[in-house]
Amino acid sequence: MNTSLVNRKETSKLYEKSIKLLGMNLADAKLSKAYMSVAFIALLIGGVLGLLQGLERAGLIQLPYWFNYYQVLTAHGILLVVVLTAFFTIGYFYAGLSHTLGGLLPQVRTMAWIGFWLKVVGLVIAVVPIIMNEATVMYTFYPPMAASPYFYIGLALIVVGIWLCAFGAFISVAKWRKAHPGQHIPIFAFFATGVFILLFFGSIGVTIEVFTLIAWSFGWKPTVNVLLSRTLFWSFGHTLVNIWYLTAVSAWYVVVPKIIGGRRFSDTLTRVVIILLVITNIPGGFHHQIVDPGMSQTLKFLHMFMSISIGFPSLMTAFAMFYVLEKTGRKLGGKGLLGWLKKLPWGDVRFLAPMIAMIAFIPAGAGGIAQTTNQLNQVVHNTLWVVGHFHLTVGTSVILTFFGISYWLIPYISKRRLTPRMNKVGVVQTIIWTLGMLFMSGSMHLVGLLGSPRRTSYTTYGENATALGWDPYLIFLAVGGTLLIIGVLIQVFAVFHMMFFAPKGTTEFPIAEPEVSEEKTPAWTDRWGLWIVIMLIVVSMGYVVPLVDLIVNAPPGSPPFKTW
Amino acid sequence: MKMNRYEEIWLMLSGAMLVIFMVITGYQTFALGMGPPSNKETIDPEKVDETAPFDKPGVYQTGDHEYEVVMTLEVFNFNPGKIEIPAGSTVTFIMTSKDVVHGFQVVDTNLNAMVMPGHIQRATQKFSKPGEYLVLCNEYCGTGHQHMSTVITVK
Repeated sequence: MNTSLVNRKETSKLYEKSIKLLGMNLADAKLSKAYMSVAFIALLIGGVLGLLQGLERAGLIQLPYWFNYYQVLTAHGILLVVVLTAFFTIGYFYAGLSHTLGGLLPQVRTMAWIGFWLKVVGLVIAVVPIIMNEATVMYTFYPPMAASPYFYIGLALIVVGIWLCAFGAFISVAKWRKAHPGQHIPIFAFFATGVFILLFFGSIGVTIEVFTLIAWSFGWKPTVNVLLSRTLFWSFGHTLVNIWYLTAVSAWYVVVPKIIGGRRFSDTLTRVVIILLVITNIPGGFHHQIVDPGMSQTLKFLHMFMSISIGFPSLMTAFAMFYVLEKTGRKLGGKGLLGWLKKLPWGDVRFLAPMIAMIAFIPAGAGGIAQTTNQLNQVVHNTLWVVGHFHLTVGTSVILTFFGISYWLIPYISKRRLTPRMNKVGVVQTIIWTLGMLFMSGSMHLVGLLGSPRRTSYTTYGENATALGWDPYLIFLAVGGTLLIIGVLIQVFAVFHMMFFAPKGTTEFPIAEPEVSEEKTPAWTDRWGLWIVIMLIVVSMGYVVPLVDLIVNAPPGSPPFKTW
Repeated sequence: MKMNRYEEIWLMLSGAMLVIFMVITGYQTFALGMGPPSNKETIDPEKVDETAPFDKPGVYQTGDHEYEVVMTLEVFNFNPGKIEIPAGSTVTFIMTSKDVVHGFQVVDTNLNAMVMPGHIQRATQKFSKPGEYLVLCNEYCGTGHQHMSTVITVK
């Protein structure tokens, strides 16, 4: 071994120690702060738009023609399911990579900044046509509805920005492994690796679609294959959902045990859950097309297996979480069958928010398994049930976890402290959010079962008696939406207060230790190259046959339409 | 890799539950013919009006208590707009879109299908109870999407 390598190792050790003493590297902190700021501004704007929609949907207000329901809905979707989640996920994982790998490499930091600006510029380019009513196509932008080409160009820039961040994370982990031979990738970085692999591979299909749509909307390509575009979109769409979910899960496994004073669940099984989620994920998107033409029932049945297998690692997580909670509660003195529950720190927002998020995932996950089941899907497809479902999964399980994270992550990256008062604000916010979602998601589920469709502004279908019967549920939807906007305002206030005004101090990045008695994690868990190959094999099993069929047996394509 | 005994039991039950879901769904799909609408015929989306059977949309009786509805969907209506059938009829809907993606949902039944340009969709339903069934488009299709509906009258 040459001396420079030894020196480099010494310096990196010294650096790691200084990080532990002084907190986060300032340049890395600035990066995460930028990402978090955009995420929560998106929450504020997207939240206000959500309220407007809820009120119009209940027939309480009528949005003006120059900013109509469908424009608002498109912007709400883009801001919350693309911007909020992507910026939060990247800001959170980059802060964690900096923390667990001993600071970001300068070139990785540069990549993340370029990625940041590409995404911000892409967002502006995509949003302007929405405001001008030139891209009222929803965040799913199904052709042959054709938005302004700039809408698609904006989306493409966002994707490229995300890819840069994914590669930055891969480089960070690879360099760390080279410098630490024989050691396992730290668990937090292991989660980050899984998330960024899914972000990159999961978005390849939609990128191909978006480039095709750019050419088509400019008129360089006269027609487009409608069903192929839709299939490519959903190969990404559902993966994206699971990326947020895996991000939330990382906090459940790694952060929550530390906050409640316990230890992590089995390190090996945690890694197995991540690997399974990465491998099984991408073909899951087919369940969005269960009632589509152009695909046989046999294919749809095979894909039901693909979708439902994603449920398995989630059921493993359910066990792991309750195991850790009960074990910790008993260690803290909880007695009897349920006494351990009382020992958990319910008054601590950093626990309360992710705990409610986990509880919400029980009905949310069950609903998901039900609706991915072909015949049951047919009952609820494109009804408000589905909207209720993803406001419970994404809007509650994922977002409440993100909110819970913000109460230690924002102070951590800002070198400030969470005060007992701000903790109380957080507890109140969590309760308001939970109630709001109970009302909104609950009424959406119920009225969806009765048949009320999603993505439809207020209508009685010409005073149709059946449709009029849905109105009381829609009022509850609006009540929920009103509570949620209060929650949004408190949360955005809390984030920016903690970032700029909270008392200075140090906050820990909470990463729980593994159990003492644990056996050594096997080395094969770190073989990401192998997991990627298996993932690609599973993706091929799911997609090669239908995609070839959709291309070879395609009907004549569709020209662009602007129907709004 | 050592697993907690309770976790093994939990995962066996979880796995069994997922398998049962698959078995029931498969049985319903392939033995009882309850599978989701999945027709694979295609059509030129720009020549729908000239292509049989869509050159003559309408309600056709094909047998005793058996009907076929040939339907085109376009912004923002269903054609034929008026459908009347006797109670106890089994109706097969044959549909395609003349423009963008539409949805075909009949409230209070399990009829729910995507209708896309270039593809011919089929769905069959038995209407036992008399009444007025609301038909609506459940895929956003433009400014007038919320008005895209009709009624099936079962007498």
